[in-house]
Amino acid sequence: MRANKEDNKSYWKTESIGGDCMFTVGRLAQPDTIEEAYRILMEERDAAILGGCAFLRMGSRKIGTAIDLTHLDLKAVREHEDWMEIGAMTTLRMIETDPAINNRFDGLLAEAVKPVIGVQFRSIVTVGATVFSKYGFSDLIPALLALETEVELAHGGRMALETFLNRPFEKDILVRLWIRKDERRAACRSFRNSASDFPILTVAVSLLAGQGRIVIGARPSKAEIALKASRELSNLDANCPRIEEIASIAADEMSFGTNMRGSAEYRRELCKVLVKQAVAEVAACK
Amino acid sequence: MQVEFVVNGKQAVWEVPPDEFLADTLRKHGLLSIRKGCNTSCCGLCTVWIDGKPTLSCSVLSFRVQGKFVMTIEGVSEEAAEFARILVAEGADQCGFCSPGFVMTVLALKRELVSPTDDEIVHYLTGNLCRCTGYLGQMRAVKTYLGVTQR
Repeated sequence: MRANKEDNKSYWKTESIGGDCMFTVGRLAQPDTIEEAYRILMEERDAAILGGCAFLRMGSRKIGTAIDLTHLDLKAVREHEDWMEIGAMTTLRMIETDPAINNRFDGLLAEAVKPVIGVQFRSIVTVGATVFSKYGFSDLIPALLALETEVELAHGGRMALETFLNRPFEKDILVRLWIRKDERRAACRSFRNSASDFPILTVAVSLLAGQGRIVIGARPSKAEIALKASRELSNLDANCPRIEEIASIAADEMSFGTNMRGSAEYRRELCKVLVKQAVAEVAACK
Repeated sequence: MQVEFVVNGKQAVWEVPPDEFLADTLRKHGLLSIRKGCNTSCCGLCTVWIDGKPTLSCSVLSFRVQGKFVMTIEGVSEEAAEFARILVAEGADQCGFCSPGFVMTVLALKRELVSPTDDEIVHYLTGNLCRCTGYLGQMRAVKTYLGVTQR
């Protein structure tokens, strides 16, 4: 995917040249097991896992050994009794169109990825790359974080998505996502300067039996749970008179930054509006 | 490395470097309908079908089409010509640079969506940029082609 605050430099460099970038691959590895993929990643020089490659091609990275996970059967959504399993190579377009995903959480995950550029782009970019890279502009991460989502890493094992996001970077391979199939109601909102652009702010909200969660993303740094506002949402009265207050609490407790798409102040104002809309939808308030 | 796949209905065994993208490989083999308009994976000009799904060929590494079916506009020329006539009649075609990618996306839309609404059409075609004509003419042409009621 394209760059945001952290890598504006390479973004502009890419645009001003206008020609082909110098992304290179020395050798390609197509391992048959995840253990082998991890071994190559750790042992070989300048090794990198290939996701959808839409972001990699924008840069000038010289990859010694590119590791392609095609043979690992990770491009799939599978339903288990209590969990839904999403393989790392599943594309955003699959998330958008998969019936099982659409039928859960009020279609939250599909709605979250719909504004990402276009159909042809979403057919390429992968769930694993967007989550593992912890992109601030990721439209998917906030929605996943609003659900009970776990990340399965080749070496690090299984952990809550929130734990994973807060850990420092460590070489590993994201193998699958696991989402608990509860009866959570959910909704998301995003705001962009124009259709198919990066979001200026993303919001995802969920509610399950008195347990509310409000997530704010593209601040522009990575998505986080607004803890105080989430606690307030958990206590939401059925007649919901306090939605504006919850939205203000979320806007006050989060930190926002400025980048080329919008200022911190603008994001804080947007946060109030988007949280209000998403909470109203989840709580089915008028 | 070698990649074995089907392009426009014909079996192909091509030698590709591991870091070459499909748009470049296809052009090298004479499929000159493939254009690159943005270099940032967002304009839709290089759209081809991989296993029937519209995909940005500028962002797919060529080795990844191993065993797959790739279709460019050269492989669906009759259908493309039918839509192109409507596009021209609606005044929605000018320099033509974006047309192959746009047409491939419209033909894919016709296969995937049944009686789509305006919103569904716009959603499917978002990410296909045209700098000459404007999107209203394109919308009229798409709806005429799909046979959905003009609203």
